[in-house]
Amino acid sequence: MALPYYVSPEQIMQDKAEYAKKGIAKGRSIIVLEFNAGVLFLADNPSSSLNKVSEIYDNIAFAGAGKYSEFENLRKAGIRHADLKGFMYSREDVTAKSLANAYSQSLGTIFSQEIKPLEVEILVVAVSEEGRPNEMYRIDFDGSISDEKGFTAIGGKADELKGFLKERFTPGQPLKAMFKLSKEALETINNQKLTVQGLEVAVLDQTRAGRKFRRLSLDEITPYSTG
Amino acid sequence: MKILHGTTILALRFEKGVVIAGDRRATEGHQIADRTMKKIFKTDEHSAVGISGAAGPCVEMVKLFKTEIEHYEKLEGASLTLEGKANKLGEMVKSNLPLAFQGLIVIPIFAGFDLKKSEGRIFKYDITGGHYEEAEFYSTGSGGKDAKNSIKKMFKKNLPEDEAIRIAISALYDASEEDSATGGPDVIRGIYPNISVIRKEGLIEVSDEKIKSVAQSLIEHTRES
Repeated sequence: MALPYYVSPEQIMQDKAEYAKKGIAKGRSIIVLEFNAGVLFLADNPSSSLNKVSEIYDNIAFAGAGKYSEFENLRKAGIRHADLKGFMYSREDVTAKSLANAYSQSLGTIFSQEIKPLEVEILVVAVSEEGRPNEMYRIDFDGSISDEKGFTAIGGKADELKGFLKERFTPGQPLKAMFKLSKEALETINNQKLTVQGLEVAVLDQTRAGRKFRRLSLDEITPYSTG
Repeated sequence: MKILHGTTILALRFEKGVVIAGDRRATEGHQIADRTMKKIFKTDEHSAVGISGAAGPCVEMVKLFKTEIEHYEKLEGASLTLEGKANKLGEMVKSNLPLAFQGLIVIPIFAGFDLKKSEGRIFKYDITGGHYEEAEFYSTGSGGKDAKNSIKKMFKKNLPEDEAIRIAISALYDASEEDSATGGPDVIRGIYPNISVIRKEGLIEVSDEKIKSVAQSLIEHTRES
């Protein structure tokens, strides 16, 4: 006869959270920083095709850390959500806030109802038009959502990176300075030199018309890291 | 039953890519319903679609086509090939066939720069979704025949860009003189055709200023002769 057993809900949740955190801690980190004409994404990512950062909609981008297959699914769902909404209503009706809420809902549901929680941490970032502040939403594995200002980091060493950036970040800097700062942050916290080939760099560029997401090529970032 | 109809669109190849153009008139039966209708739409950095037929389904089809191309690009991290986009549009025209039998016809021209072949390409369609590549130029819509004849007289292979733009404008001008549903250059209101140039570097909409000056010289020419 099978033994009857009891595990408290607190214990279950704690175990799940621990499991998810462990998974995320194994992954590499991503830094997101505002500069004077948009938002910069810098990821420690040696793969050139498996992206951690990508476009969702006109002025919205996505960054995911943790298990690739899991945040890739979330990314695709986000694009579907945005494109469908933009098609049905209008392009302006697609907002980062509603997307972040949708992510928060589905991550929360998976965390509480499935046996295995997702081992991911994601960011939804929107660059705004002149004058208004940018939006950065960070959504954790359990669906908890927080909005960040100026800079943030996700992935394995997120807290250390945020601590490092907190000391040194000043708003309104040009792209080059912010690139250098974020690269330095990754190098210091990971205690190793990074090559530009091992970085994934993208921006949400306020100055572009229409779709604002752009990946920076190796040719473009090489002068940033030397000069 | 009166439905808005968009008319003449054309595309021609030139030395560095392809030019696509359309007049601005929409008709409702024998009435002019709109003088500023847009029939040429940028679908992505390297392609555009021109539409002729019932305006409602035309505009909706373009909107969906654009969304689908962008959706694919974002999901896959790479854009579709030009051939792939042309096929997708064919599928959408085909799905409109039942409506086409009720008079809601959509006939597009798809033009773009093929980055693999490094050349401009033009695709024409029929209502069943069949699509056929055109070697050098094509025009359709109610004034399409007039515009095509006009292009035929002036066309040469590997035209310089400015010459291709001039031919496009003058073909639309010729069509407007023969076909009542095609709008000519409207100097009083300052309404001129929409023209886009697609090259390796991307798509550029030709400025109204430039189109205006070419249209003025055509009007001058007509006045003199």
